[in-house]
Amino acid sequence: MLIVRAEMLPFSWNLIMDIQMLLHYHFMQNAYVAGTLVALMAGMMGYFMVLRGQSFAGHSLANVGFVGATGAVLFGISPIIGLFIAGICAALGIHILNLTTRQSRQSDIASGVILSASLASGFLFIHLATAEYAANILNVLFGNVLGISDIDVSIILWSTLLLISVLAVIARPLFFASLDPAVAAARRVPVRLLSFGYLVLLALEVAVAVQVVGVLLIFALLVTPAAIAQHLTSRPMVALVLAIVLALLFMSLGLTIGYITPYPVGFFITTCAFGTYVCVRVGRFISKRLARTRFTVSTETKIGRIS
Amino acid sequence: MTDLSSTSVAVSLPSSLHSLIEVENAAVVLGGRTIWQNVQLTVQQGEFLAILGPNGAGKSTLLKALLGLLPLAAGTITVLGHPARRGNAAIGYVPQRRHFEADVHVRGRSIVRLGLDGGQWGFPLPFIQRRQARMAAARVQEAIDLVGATAYADRSIGELSGGEQQRLLIAQALITSPQILVLDEPLDSLDLRNQQGVAGVIRQVSRETGAAVLIVAHDINPLLAAVDRVVYVAHGQVEVGTPQAVITTETLSRLYNTPIEVLRARDGCIVVVGQPEEEISYHAHRAR
Ligand SMILES: Nc1ncnc2c1ncn2[C@@H]1O[C@H](COP(=O)(O)OP(=O)(O)O)[C@@H](O)[C@H]1O
Ligand SMILES: [Mg+2]
Repeated sequence: MLIVRAEMLPFSWNLIMDIQMLLHYHFMQNAYVAGTLVALMAGMMGYFMVLRGQSFAGHSLANVGFVGATGAVLFGISPIIGLFIAGICAALGIHILNLTTRQSRQSDIASGVILSASLASGFLFIHLATAEYAANILNVLFGNVLGISDIDVSIILWSTLLLISVLAVIARPLFFASLDPAVAAARRVPVRLLSFGYLVLLALEVAVAVQVVGVLLIFALLVTPAAIAQHLTSRPMVALVLAIVLALLFMSLGLTIGYITPYPVGFFITTCAFGTYVCVRVGRFISKRLARTRFTVSTETKIGRIS
Repeated sequence: MTDLSSTSVAVSLPSSLHSLIEVENAAVVLGGRTIWQNVQLTVQQGEFLAILGPNGAGKSTLLKALLGLLPLAAGTITVLGHPARRGNAAIGYVPQRRHFEADVHVRGRSIVRLGLDGGQWGFPLPFIQRRQARMAAARVQEAIDLVGATAYADRSIGELSGGEQQRLLIAQALITSPQILVLDEPLDSLDLRNQQGVAGVIRQVSRETGAAVLIVAHDINPLLAAVDRVVYVAHGQVEVGTPQAVITTETLSRLYNTPIEVLRARDGCIVVVGQPEEEISYHAHRAR
């Protein structure tokens, strides 16, 4: 990687040249394609995750990727398969543990139990795997966006198509079941099946995203754009589109800045997301304050005029 | 859209032809415990029924049985001539509250819309099915107008007060123009003014739409003007009749198996005195 970086072209203020240069290298093309697809999925899945109040379940499923990736190395299977198997098992575990409880808020406990159990086995797997693998741990945790092969890209592409088509079919009932499970169930919406289906889709997204952003940072891409979008609008369709757009924006910003600086891509993706989130929250706070002062001032002047 | 026209035809049938709901000798067993049994109940078109009873008596269970969400251990429940079944569009349902938390950033209008097509598979494409989208939006607006929620229908539901949320949820239940409206403690956890406001909305809805209303309440007084009959659920038994007949010293004493006194204030308010400790919170504004 360092050798490649040494012969990279310099960055200029000519935008077209810069884009050409960014996409000059095949690994960079792969990074952009994979990153875009992963961000697209993350925006959509994240919207529902925030809506369902399942951030912790998402966080847990992402971190379960750790055991998936280390287990895959240990058992000699492809990382994506390992990640997906681990994700499905965790989704099943969270779902079954939740079946016995009547409250949805209990889902945190189930997620926590699954999370700690899987982290423990991941630790064991690293211990059992050869020492040389230990160097790869950083890639599992934080991704290796510049090392994405053509096969990876096509796997990510097919996963994206699958996820989008399934989500397009279940989006409306899932939205209903997320907001109002009691009424949805009375309307014959299969609430439990949908909640399991959602976790499986989340596991799929995590499995393909780990290569790009890693198990620790995928969560930022899931939760932050969706949280920002829901702070900016209360219209579901607008918020969903906004979450996707923001995820894509953070991804491409992160990739570009990561390319022209010697620092890791994942850091910039997360920082862009976090920075925007803070700005939006502060902006909302200030605008609410302003609205309140304006209201007080206007009532004061009115009162003044009356008296 | 098509079932809308069929509903309006059914509404115009004379009420003597059939009753909306017929409960025959029904019993429900949950977790090995008989919640209630030998329940007989007939609901006519446009009737307004208040379901009363202490906490845990099985009021919500009764509604769920009508909705076909629970199996019966005995007897039958017939709704509009068919056995009770889940997903019956002829029944609008507002479950026992669920408050939307402050962090739910979804506007009220979208929550109401869920009642119309929230359960349908597939993604809606409003820019392709323009006519359908316009009609749906018009129906949503109609339901919102009916409950008087227009002023705040576009705000996040999590930011709204309990009474405002409740109105929007009633609008959600109303949007399919149901013949039966089933409301589980819609006045619960509202302050007095809001209780009367929401009760007024429910009364008005039942008058304007001609829907039969079954409403679980802790306090009958805000509803007294509208109530045709009372369904009193207590200790495994269910008593049905007019408020004058059921909320009496004799009936309640028998249901609770302890001496209870029913007083009627000059303005018609009912005050129940001497209920067992744990059920004391029950007729909420006796102090009024
Ligand atoms: N799924 C269930 N399994 C076992 N018992 C239940 C279940 N649901 C409710 N119950 C019990 O049935 C009784 C009636 O509940 P409910 O109908 O909710 O009472 P309420 O009159 O307060 O609405 C309660 O004692 C409750 O504990
Ligand atoms: Mg109840």
